[in-house]
Amino acid sequence: MHAALPRKVAIVGANRIPFARSNTAYAQLSNKTMLTDTLRGLVERCRLQGEILGEVVGGAVMKHSRDWNMVRECVLSSGLHPNTPAFDVQQACGTGLEAAILVANKIALGQMDAGIACGVDTTSDAPVAANRGLQRALMDLNAAKTGRARFKHLLRAMHPKHLVPELPANAEPRTGKSMGQHAEITARRYGLTRQAQDALALASHQNLAKAYDEGFFDDLVMPYHGLSRDNNLRPDSSIEKLAKLSPAFDRNGGTITAANASPLTDGASAVLLASEEWARHKGLPILAYLVTGEVAAVDFSDEREGLLMAPAYAIPRMLKRLGLTLQDFDFYEIHEAFAAVVLCTLAAWESDDFCRNKLGLPGALGSIDRSRLNVKGSSIAAGHPFAATGGRVLATLAKLLAEKGSGRGLISICAAGGQGVTAILER
Amino acid sequence: MADLLLRLANGRYSRRLVRALGLPCPVQLARAAGGYEPAPLLGRCTVVGAAPGGWALPALLTAARNAGAECFDALPEGRAADTVLFDATGCGTPASLASLYAAFQPLMRRLARNARVLVVAADPADCGDPLAAATARAIEGFVRALGKEIGRLGATANLARVAPGAESRLDGLVRFCGGVRCTYVSGQVFCVSAKVSETEPATSAGQLAGRVAVVTGAARGIGAATAQRLAEEGAHVVCVDVAAARDPLYELAARLRGTPLVLDIATAQAPSALCAFVQEKFGGIDVMVHNAGITRDKTLANMKPELWQQVIAVNFAAIAAIDDALLAGGLRDGGRIVCLSSVSGVAGNFGQTNYATSKAALIGYVAARATGLAARGISINAVAPGFIETPMTAKIPWIPREAGRRLNASSQGGQPRDVAELITFLALPGSAGLSGNTIRACGLALIGA
Repeated sequence: MHAALPRKVAIVGANRIPFARSNTAYAQLSNKTMLTDTLRGLVERCRLQGEILGEVVGGAVMKHSRDWNMVRECVLSSGLHPNTPAFDVQQACGTGLEAAILVANKIALGQMDAGIACGVDTTSDAPVAANRGLQRALMDLNAAKTGRARFKHLLRAMHPKHLVPELPANAEPRTGKSMGQHAEITARRYGLTRQAQDALALASHQNLAKAYDEGFFDDLVMPYHGLSRDNNLRPDSSIEKLAKLSPAFDRNGGTITAANASPLTDGASAVLLASEEWARHKGLPILAYLVTGEVAAVDFSDEREGLLMAPAYAIPRMLKRLGLTLQDFDFYEIHEAFAAVVLCTLAAWESDDFCRNKLGLPGALGSIDRSRLNVKGSSIAAGHPFAATGGRVLATLAKLLAEKGSGRGLISICAAGGQGVTAILER
Repeated sequence: MADLLLRLANGRYSRRLVRALGLPCPVQLARAAGGYEPAPLLGRCTVVGAAPGGWALPALLTAARNAGAECFDALPEGRAADTVLFDATGCGTPASLASLYAAFQPLMRRLARNARVLVVAADPADCGDPLAAATARAIEGFVRALGKEIGRLGATANLARVAPGAESRLDGLVRFCGGVRCTYVSGQVFCVSAKVSETEPATSAGQLAGRVAVVTGAARGIGAATAQRLAEEGAHVVCVDVAAARDPLYELAARLRGTPLVLDIATAQAPSALCAFVQEKFGGIDVMVHNAGITRDKTLANMKPELWQQVIAVNFAAIAAIDDALLAGGLRDGGRIVCLSSVSGVAGNFGQTNYATSKAALIGYVAARATGLAARGISINAVAPGFIETPMTAKIPWIPREAGRRLNASSQGGQPRDVAELITFLALPGSAGLSGNTIRACGLALIGA
């Protein structure tokens, strides 16, 4: 098995809009508008006007059916050459990072020289759909061949109960439980304390605020609709304030609150990946290289494994493939769907039992230097527009490595359906 | 933007009402869609005349025939004249002006709607004899007055002031001023000279194929129409506008297969950023249209210093700075620069001291820049729009808007497309004969010289 990609893939540019809590600054904007504007920002930043790129890959988790070809439509308005192909992907919260892995693999194989990975999501413009009964009646009406049948299905379609729309559910289809409920169960399994989770959430806010103050995001985030920073960011938060919140998912002793979980968020991000030659030819800086990616899934039905624990499986496989240890990294970007997810993942790797019995390793992977974790903040502070998170993390880590000059960084993103998308960047 | 009176005056039944009320009765002005026709005068009944002793008639006839015109010495019985071309270079004495009367008076009731008149005369500056100079100047007065009389037909009359030896450069002007596309451009003087070295004569369609044009303020109005018109001639158009206009800018660029560039031309780094951009993407440009401009209207008594400063900075200083940068590297030899002035700059306008100052500056600017650029084959001209139906003029209150709209020879506002036609004509490779000119697209407005 190859350790790394056959041709080096560079991250050469990125852009995102500030993330906004649901129903705030971007309440009236659609996925298409936000992604188009984000792509335009990247095009302007990297002077890609009129360029034909190999492919633009991206997606949204919450998507209207009319946006079936969303990324291609956005590309046509992006300033890129209209002959730039594009396709949509969807892997829940892993969408953005998976898109980047897809682009990187094509570049690595020499199938293209440059591409954009992107993602967008809004919970302020959710795809409210026609009621299932109405939809069935309309399909039958469409298929009906006789006037009588048509009349029958028309009457069926007009039933008042069909006025109730079908709402997108924030629950796992298989278990009916929300992601927070799942995370709560896993947190309990690992014995996480409320205090540890709140501390992680506070660090996220503090790190993100500091990064903005330092100007770290000046060339990664563009001002948009009145925002120049993520509006979920609470720089003045404190451990006392966080401690006041009541549990969000389990009133009886739950430890997950609205403050130590990522909120529903609107936003978009895009990352430009390219071969080294292309980047040099265009005079674009190589921030970091995307070395490899690894995706895993776990069976979370009946809580055999935690819904959001798949990265704990993906990363050890990736480390083995590259002959690395968990401690060989200068930065760790572990997506904070919930503070509990980050802490459970770290706890699993520190657990001899988990590593032996679940991963089949001789012993625990060990702990990481926590001062290297999410040093520029993560989803609890920035917010988490599902498909846009991958681009945010890639850009942040790539710039961290570029500023450091050399080093290695690890990305871990958990996703619905018991999945986890992970990757390694190097410089 | 909709001109109700224009609609009523051209409705089958409402026309009578408009007449009965004694309202102005504007005709529907003729316009052409798409790119240039190979023979723009094809099918136009063209009367070609001359004052005795002139020297431009052969060139006029050749140009008209090349453009597909059906040429007559005298208008045939039962037909109306679509185009009248007249060589007045022979007029050198007061008595010789009789030939103008003799040629045009009989045609006055026989002009077709949207007819086109082009008179060619000598440049008074080139006439040694004072009487000859005065006579040459007299023709300008004739053409302007003629334009005002025939404007109600939608017809236009223009003057080409030709330097000796430059008559071979009349070709493009005959196509433009003799054809349908000089809508709303009337009573204007085009100074044709041989000063700017000609790169290539181009007379066919797609004249800007392979060329790169930059249009500032391209997102809407005249800028958008110009970008489209240049693209129709085959140019690749770099559409420039500010970030606030990003949406329409990108949609326009996508539609025209051009390149969007978000740039605030008033910033200090704009000239170098624009040059670097066009150098990287295209290795240089061929056409620069300085269309972006702002108004900050206040009477001088009420004008804050920043309103004055902003308008001068955007409308004048930024253009000069961009040209300096482009001329140092970016604008190719044989290039074309067109600046958007305004009739406000020609005539002044109440509440627009800042705007009129900046727009008048451009008139002087193109005249002064022209000489230095001639050797490189680069021409520079200004276009001064009058009342054009744009989102900007739609915001003017009704009474001044109606005044602006009606007080011209054709009793209506022009369309952005009309200005775009003029700009595109000046941007053609074949327009090398024109440089340092300021041409109005004002429908011969009563305000303005």
